[in-house]
Amino acid sequence: MSLVVADLRLTLRGTPLFAPVSFAVPSGAVMSVMGRSGIGKSSLLAAIAGHLDPQITCHGTIHLQGTDLACLPPERRQLGMIFQEPSLFPHLSLGDNLAFGLAAGGGREKRRAAIDAALESAGLAGMYGADPDTLSGGQKSRASLMRCLLSQPRALLMDEPFAALDMELRAEMRSFVFAHIRAHNIPAILVTHDPTDAEAANGPCITLHHI
Amino acid sequence: MKFKYLLSALCLFIAPPAMAQTWQETLDAARGQTVYWHAWGGDPRTNSYIDWVNEQMQARFGVTVAQVPLTDTAEAVTRVLSERAAGQDTGGAVDLIWINGPNFLAMKEQDLLFGPFVSRLPNARFVDLSPDAPASVDFTVPVEGMESPWRLAKFVFIHDSARVPNPPRTMADLLDWARANEGRFTHPDPSNFMGASFLKQALISLVDDPAALQRPVTEADYDALTAPLWAWYDALRPLMWRGGETFPENESIQARLMNDGEIDITMSFDPSYAAAAIGLGLLPDTARVFVPEGGTLGNISFVAIPYNAAHPEAAQVVADFLLSPEAQAHMQNIDNLGAFSVLDPARLDAEAAAFFADLPQSPALPDLADLGPTLLEPHASWMTAISEDWAARYAR
Amino acid sequence: MGRAARIMVWGCAGAILLGPILLGLWVSLRASLGVFPALGSVDLTLAPYRALMETPGIWAAMWLSLRTGLVASLISFGLAVTFVAQARGSRLLAPLLAPFLAIPHAAIALGLAFLIAPSGWIMRVIALPFDLQTPPDWPLVNDPAGLALILGLIIKETPFLIIVMAAALSQLPLTRHLRIGASLGYSRPQIWAYVILPQLYPLIRPPVMVVLAYGLSVVDMALILGPNTPPSFAVMVMRLFSAPDLALLMPAFAGAVVQVVLILFALLALIVLERLLAHFGRAALRRGIRRTITVPQPVMALPRLVMGMGLFSILCLGLWSITWRWPWPAPLPTTWSMRLWQSAEWQDALRVSLGIAGASVALSLILALLILEAHGRTARALTPLIYLPLLVPQIGFLFGVNSALLNIGVASGVGGVIWGHILFVCPYMLLLLMDPWRAIPRPLLHCAASLGAGPWRRFFAVKLPLMLRPICIAAAVGFGVSIAQYLPTLFLGGGRVASLTTEAVALASGGDRRITGVYGSLKAAVPLLAYLAAFLIPRTIWRNRRAMREGVV
Repeated sequence: MSLVVADLRLTLRGTPLFAPVSFAVPSGAVMSVMGRSGIGKSSLLAAIAGHLDPQITCHGTIHLQGTDLACLPPERRQLGMIFQEPSLFPHLSLGDNLAFGLAAGGGREKRRAAIDAALESAGLAGMYGADPDTLSGGQKSRASLMRCLLSQPRALLMDEPFAALDMELRAEMRSFVFAHIRAHNIPAILVTHDPTDAEAANGPCITLHHI
Repeated sequence: MKFKYLLSALCLFIAPPAMAQTWQETLDAARGQTVYWHAWGGDPRTNSYIDWVNEQMQARFGVTVAQVPLTDTAEAVTRVLSERAAGQDTGGAVDLIWINGPNFLAMKEQDLLFGPFVSRLPNARFVDLSPDAPASVDFTVPVEGMESPWRLAKFVFIHDSARVPNPPRTMADLLDWARANEGRFTHPDPSNFMGASFLKQALISLVDDPAALQRPVTEADYDALTAPLWAWYDALRPLMWRGGETFPENESIQARLMNDGEIDITMSFDPSYAAAAIGLGLLPDTARVFVPEGGTLGNISFVAIPYNAAHPEAAQVVADFLLSPEAQAHMQNIDNLGAFSVLDPARLDAEAAAFFADLPQSPALPDLADLGPTLLEPHASWMTAISEDWAARYAR
Repeated sequence: MGRAARIMVWGCAGAILLGPILLGLWVSLRASLGVFPALGSVDLTLAPYRALMETPGIWAAMWLSLRTGLVASLISFGLAVTFVAQARGSRLLAPLLAPFLAIPHAAIALGLAFLIAPSGWIMRVIALPFDLQTPPDWPLVNDPAGLALILGLIIKETPFLIIVMAAALSQLPLTRHLRIGASLGYSRPQIWAYVILPQLYPLIRPPVMVVLAYGLSVVDMALILGPNTPPSFAVMVMRLFSAPDLALLMPAFAGAVVQVVLILFALLALIVLERLLAHFGRAALRRGIRRTITVPQPVMALPRLVMGMGLFSILCLGLWSITWRWPWPAPLPTTWSMRLWQSAEWQDALRVSLGIAGASVALSLILALLILEAHGRTARALTPLIYLPLLVPQIGFLFGVNSALLNIGVASGVGGVIWGHILFVCPYMLLLLMDPWRAIPRPLLHCAASLGAGPWRRFFAVKLPLMLRPICIAAAVGFGVSIAQYLPTLFLGGGRVASLTTEAVALASGGDRRITGVYGSLKAAVPLLAYLAAFLIPRTIWRNRRAMREGVV
């Protein structure tokens, strides 16, 4: 059992967003989170990742591989995040975006090789110097995922990562992402509106409700 | 608190030593110092002369002269006053001030000056320092060695001879001329030294008993003595440029008005101004100097050292250099500054006189003979009194 | 940023930005009531105020200041509205007008003084065709009514208000409201009066107040363009401060306090005017009268005329700087010369100005970034901090600061001047950085954090590069603000710090337009070059980054 959330409640100025949730996501599995718009699905991810809006308070516990995340700043939680909009840094080249993600250490050549390999596995071979703004939507999404995985996250949090893609690309992206999750053997949470996403994830599924 | 003690201790430490014993010791102490010379900055020729002084001082005495250009000499006086008000009795910002008249009186009365120091300057031997000499009396205030002369000033009018071939010969004539040439005459604002000097020149020409002006103003005789002045001025004012509602800030602005063709007559306290200004393209080539019959006011510009100056030794060395025949001749050269020398020709030895032998000439440069007699400056209180009275009468 | 760090940043910002102003005002207020221990005066008295009120021409000076400030602000506002109401694509305008903003008041004033003088450029051009032997004896500059000063202020403030309005308008559904209004049968001027302005005004009220306060207390421009018998109130107070007579010092402090009161009074007048206009506007709106109002073409052209005069003013400076003789009535100089540029005097002033501007912009930037980081997203609370230094008249507190500094043994000099500049540079930079800072896309920062980047790395590797463009623009504007400062340089520098501005104003009293032209051109050119750099640097660095270049972020 690797990502364990117990009795998690989020309150905005005293009002709870959704009924308390508890769940456990095993390594290599993708848990889907569904629920109406505005119920707090993204806030749930933010709470786990440590980016919660200061106006929202969080109760309950979050453990990742046995460590309590509550007292760690976001940069030390080692959680990868994927958003609907691929959040590549616009001021860095594609390769430097990946270098930003790659965990520190290793010589210059070794790091370069790791990035080139990641680019190749995302179908972006030889595009180290490319301007992120010139990439297609699918290319950006794959690059974001690779950047995320290069940081060796202990879990992956995805906020409607496929919503902006068309049907064909969506299926392709899904299998690309899920394959990498399995390969890295980490727990993942997928926030989505689309039941086919949950189906493809082939893992546990929870739905957030109002109290 | 601790910090404050530390600071005062530091101040004591860096405070200048008591007055140097010999001139050589002064020279030694001055080496490496920077003199902040607060001097009116509105005249580029003076500014570049001060630059020349700086070059010479650096080369000869290792002293740097930094001009602090002022729009009004009073700013430097205020500076020293506010330093004393704040208890800063050493290491002041002002080392040397170009000063005379009311500003000197104000500083002397309030004990804000360093000295007496003039008699110990080696080059003071070229100056006539006898008690009644112009260099010993500044606007009737005895100098008493508290300021050192550096340039001569004498009131002159300047006319554009192309437009005004026959300039007025007396103050009364000036009124008639203004009637015939409405809007073509003005004078600097009397809050400015030159403007106040114009009123003083008029007062001294129009008053029945000029000797009375040598005494400080009293309420008893002020009205009677100034009545002719104000009667004359009331008649003149509406005939002036802008109907006498607005006045140029100072004589440089007025010279510009003449250069622009807005007026025909300007004035200066520097007899060689016209010649120098023509050379600099600041006045028409046809500008010429004239003085009214009976003579004009004359005075000497001085430099003084504030009591809390950070570098009094270097300031004295500068004052001394300003009096050297070489510096005085360089100053009198119309290609440089063109200000008349304060040295007494009778006291110059052959070597010193040689510096003055070959100074260039110009048609706009008057001979000393053309300038007429020099009238004694009234007591400094007169200048203050008439410029305040003027402001009360005409500033709305 | 942690809570302790946040409190420390606030403490520092308060001490650096607000401290001197409050301290200076306090010293001024006490001294104006006779309490100035350094002079041995400790008893409360109204004597300084009585002495002030007895100064000849004091009431005329106050009335003149109020009148010029109010009239110039109202006309500038009207012209700015006229301009934005007819301009399409006001987004495109900002980069064109912003350089205008960078040119200091004194430079515009110096050029304008020659442009419109009776013997000035305009008159010289028409002198030959109209056969003018001598220039007309008209009070066109330094006129007793202060019209030249008003014109100078309008030239400087109109572009500022246009930029502010254009930015505010982009937040409003302008096109939609214009269409709705038109479909209901109202003419364009009516829609602007009834619908757009009531929405626009609350957004631009603080800058309008800054313009009013500035117009009322400006010193350098008033020295150059304003009347001198009597001068404007701020100039009069400055003369009292620099008078040789120590007895005038406390009345000068009284004048400093009165200057603050004058501004409060003018702001009150503005608020009354706002209310009145709102009331009558609403009443007119309720009557529902549709009227076709056509603004006459000449009125529509006025804003452009005003900006044209500004351009020609700067051109005058450049022309004079390469002139040797230009006698009346020649339309162009008769003898040209580069002699004044070759003399080295201006180089020192330029170096001083560049050094002070560089230091104050760098320190202001650090301070502004700290404040923005400490403040997170609730930057609105910064507004009073930003506007206080811009609303309080400089003459009201600077001399007080100076005597307070001298009292604790800090001699005036470059350090004090830099501090004095930061007081005004930092607020302008904050003003320009606040919105872009709030607009940094959160997901990018969350991503960076999740990738293991701590606060420092997020700041230096993500935020700063993303903010390069706004930072460059803010720095350029800050540069211009610093170059323009007159009173802080003069007072806090003890008169020893000779910057382009203090030299230019001092030389303006010397009457040689050619030297003034050199300094004035430099004063205009330096901020323009800074602005050009701010425009080019991000473009060069991001030449391979489309999103950064086009300012999508």
